[in-house]
Amino acid sequence: MIDARIIEELKAALGAERVLDTLVDRVAYAYDATWGEALPDVVVLPRSTVEVSTTLRIAHRERIPVVPRGAASGLSGGAIPIMGGICLCLARMNRILEINPDELIAVVQPGVVNMDLQKAVARYGLFFPPDPASWDMSTLGGNVAENAGGPRCLKYGVTKDYVLGLEVVLADGNVMRTGGRTIKNVTGYDLTALFIGSEGTLGVVTEIVLKLLPKPAVRRTVLAVFERIGDACAAVTRVITSGVLPLTTELMDGDCIRAVQSQRDYGLPTDADAVLLIDVEGWPEALEREVALVRAACEAVGAREVRCACDEAEAEELWAARRAISPALAALGDKLGEDIAVPRSRIPEMVERIRAIGRTYGLRTPIFGHIGDGNLHPYLICDRGDAEMMARVRQAAEAIFIAALELGGTLSGEHGIGLAKRDYVGQALDPLARAHMLHLKRLFDPHNILNPGKIFAETER
Amino acid sequence: MSAQVPSSACPPPTGAPIIRCYMSNSLERLTQPLSGPRVHIPELPDYSILRHCVRCARCLPVCPTYQETLHEVQSPRGRLALLRAVAEGMLPPTSAVEEHLYHCLDCRMCNTVCPANVPIGECILAGRAAFAHRRGLAWWRRLIFRHMLISAERLGLALWPLRLYQRSGLARPLRPVLRALPGPLARLRTMEVLLPPLPPHPLHATLPAITPAQGLRRYRVGFFLGCMMSQLFAAESRATVEMLSAAGCEVVTPRGQVCCGSPQDDQGDRFQLRRLARANIALFERLGRLDAIVTDCAACSHTLKEYATLLADEPAFATRAVAFSALVRDVYEWYDAILPATWGNDSTTPLHVTIHDACHLANAQGVHEPQRRLLGRIRGIEVVEMEAPSACCGSAGIYNITHPDMANRRLARKLDDILSTGAAVVVTNGPGCLLQLRAAAREQQLPFQVLHISQLLARCQRVNTGDVLYPDTWCGGAEVRE
Repeated sequence: MIDARIIEELKAALGAERVLDTLVDRVAYAYDATWGEALPDVVVLPRSTVEVSTTLRIAHRERIPVVPRGAASGLSGGAIPIMGGICLCLARMNRILEINPDELIAVVQPGVVNMDLQKAVARYGLFFPPDPASWDMSTLGGNVAENAGGPRCLKYGVTKDYVLGLEVVLADGNVMRTGGRTIKNVTGYDLTALFIGSEGTLGVVTEIVLKLLPKPAVRRTVLAVFERIGDACAAVTRVITSGVLPLTTELMDGDCIRAVQSQRDYGLPTDADAVLLIDVEGWPEALEREVALVRAACEAVGAREVRCACDEAEAEELWAARRAISPALAALGDKLGEDIAVPRSRIPEMVERIRAIGRTYGLRTPIFGHIGDGNLHPYLICDRGDAEMMARVRQAAEAIFIAALELGGTLSGEHGIGLAKRDYVGQALDPLARAHMLHLKRLFDPHNILNPGKIFAETER
Repeated sequence: MSAQVPSSACPPPTGAPIIRCYMSNSLERLTQPLSGPRVHIPELPDYSILRHCVRCARCLPVCPTYQETLHEVQSPRGRLALLRAVAEGMLPPTSAVEEHLYHCLDCRMCNTVCPANVPIGECILAGRAAFAHRRGLAWWRRLIFRHMLISAERLGLALWPLRLYQRSGLARPLRPVLRALPGPLARLRTMEVLLPPLPPHPLHATLPAITPAQGLRRYRVGFFLGCMMSQLFAAESRATVEMLSAAGCEVVTPRGQVCCGSPQDDQGDRFQLRRLARANIALFERLGRLDAIVTDCAACSHTLKEYATLLADEPAFATRAVAFSALVRDVYEWYDAILPATWGNDSTTPLHVTIHDACHLANAQGVHEPQRRLLGRIRGIEVVEMEAPSACCGSAGIYNITHPDMANRRLARKLDDILSTGAAVVVTNGPGCLLQLRAAAREQQLPFQVLHISQLLARCQRVNTGDVLYPDTWCGGAEVRE
């Protein structure tokens, strides 16, 4: 527990309404979108960089853990205050400070919700490419902290490709600026990159300079059905080598297809092994050609069926099935979602491994993912009330991590390590790289107060 | 909450290398079996429902109170977390928890986006009921929900002093005094601002038991009188009856109707809610065969449809409640089903109408399309959709009186959304919404009228002349502006 004296000091500095220490308030800040929970000792809701700095100065002096968070929609346990301490909720720092359509730049506070930025820049005919599935609730600070991806990463890359500069409050409360406002910038080390994906363990981001792009005119959707998941992978490769870089290449495996079809008829064949949703976007004239190329590529590798949406309404219909996955799987029971990524050529093998793991542990493992970037989301369907089954779920999850690493992949494509995959980081990283990461952590956070126990265990120093 | 878990020796899957667990296995920490309910609190939502919240945060961007405060405890996810912590014995059921449950507007927006299909709004109401059951109803709730708001007649009695106040000529000199009241008495001011001029006669006092169909009788419908509609919006509700009659419905309005129970449900009084439900079911059963039970209040239609679930555990009423609820139609749904495919006159200047969906209509009942189909086929009316038509206006039952600050913040957003459509008419069928939006339009002298759907239809049609619905009986938009 934090000393009452420190809570009083925080209240005096920030105002009592921004420093919450009742049990009722703390219960509501104990979780993120995983199953874990741990009570913070106090919740702090800052509104400015100065207030963040004040909080950290106190925490640094008193050696109190600080867990920064935004909407707490993360899927790796990153925002759970496992060591108690201060939950630093940045949701109220939600001002868009600048949109500069001439320079294609936006400057935002970390609490701005991804969707709100999208809406604001759309007025200028611009967009911000990273679009994690949580885009309508997750904050940009969280997107930066997790280096969030999304379905359209194959074409546009991930959050780190769109962050030009940061304002970061360091563990001791000092405020540092990194990067700048230009696309090209090789002055010194790239500290901006260091903080992206650092999961709140190195500093608290309080301002972000983002790169924007002009919004493409139209979007077209193609749905292709395959007998074998391997054919779907071959189709994506063929599409790319035929000169089309699709926006999305969303995969649903047979188990997912059956789950969504059992809720409502989306017109998907329940005996197929894979369905692929390929979106392309650009000018209508070019898209006609691109859709034809996508169709040809799918047919060339033996797609059983290829459907093209000619307008928004038809595209919406095709995407409805994809969006139905989450509710459909929720109807099956509790689910643990994983987030591994492997080189694209290894996807068929990875899918086979996941299915074998499912059989070994007696678990249903529906898989969907963003095939173009090798990112798969296998789900482990289970019952959280069943302790024996939960033990099998853990073992299956571990087996999936190992399989991904063995196939040259990574533990997490876009959800982050957080708490969920912390124990497997040692296996995933080059030992020297890991040692240097810990050096950096010690350098920036000598007292280990920033989100301790995330990415690396509390004791790893 | 989750205790430190000692490292366990996880047997590796066949063929896989052994994993080194550093300290406690962190994955194990995240996949702990649920602790399950540890305390029994009657009426608390079922633990098996509460546990289905996966805390994905999908409800945060649509929740009005979260959007206003950006405070997790003011979000649907936060409220469910509180309820679960109470069930798990983690959080004592204090008045602070109860207070948070009452911060919810019960707008049900969260229900519409939950990917796990958790009935969030229902859980929060069940939570309120659990606290009421445990701690007893507050005296003012007991007074209002057991004695005043139980039927249109009783509400009439309760409103009698207000009627006197409005007629006495005291209203004008007293208004500035009321509006200057400080502290908790400011509630009186809020009420004074909200209250419209009461109609000379409430509808239930003047409406005959049977209103015959004009022309050929095509349907026989039971009419459920909303207490608020009858007492505060008698003219609007009379327009509904006339509209139904003109469209070929024999309208049966049985004497002795009681409140639907929506206010009781909202304020945790499940006991009274069940009593009212049983009384209404028994009353309408006596009417013989009906094609529908129609009500022109969105909150009533929602509650009446819920009787089936509410009484499912009462053997004497379970099947009867299912039959009753199956007949219930919100007035929008019924108009959409029975009115002609196109009607109205082409007008050179179309009347711009924007739809404000009552929360209990669009979010709770999922009735979204009928009102749009209905208005879309009236020539002379052009629907201009506002941003988020089913976002709460802040009225929310008695919320604008119990939580005026939050209610006013919601109202301000709603008014912005209405104003940016440029529409001359806002149409709705929630009496609370009518009160809230009309008071705002009156006080701030805003350039739009707030009409009940029946009022809008009636103003477009010369219902009183005895014409049945034919396209040429419609007037253009101009006449609607007064």
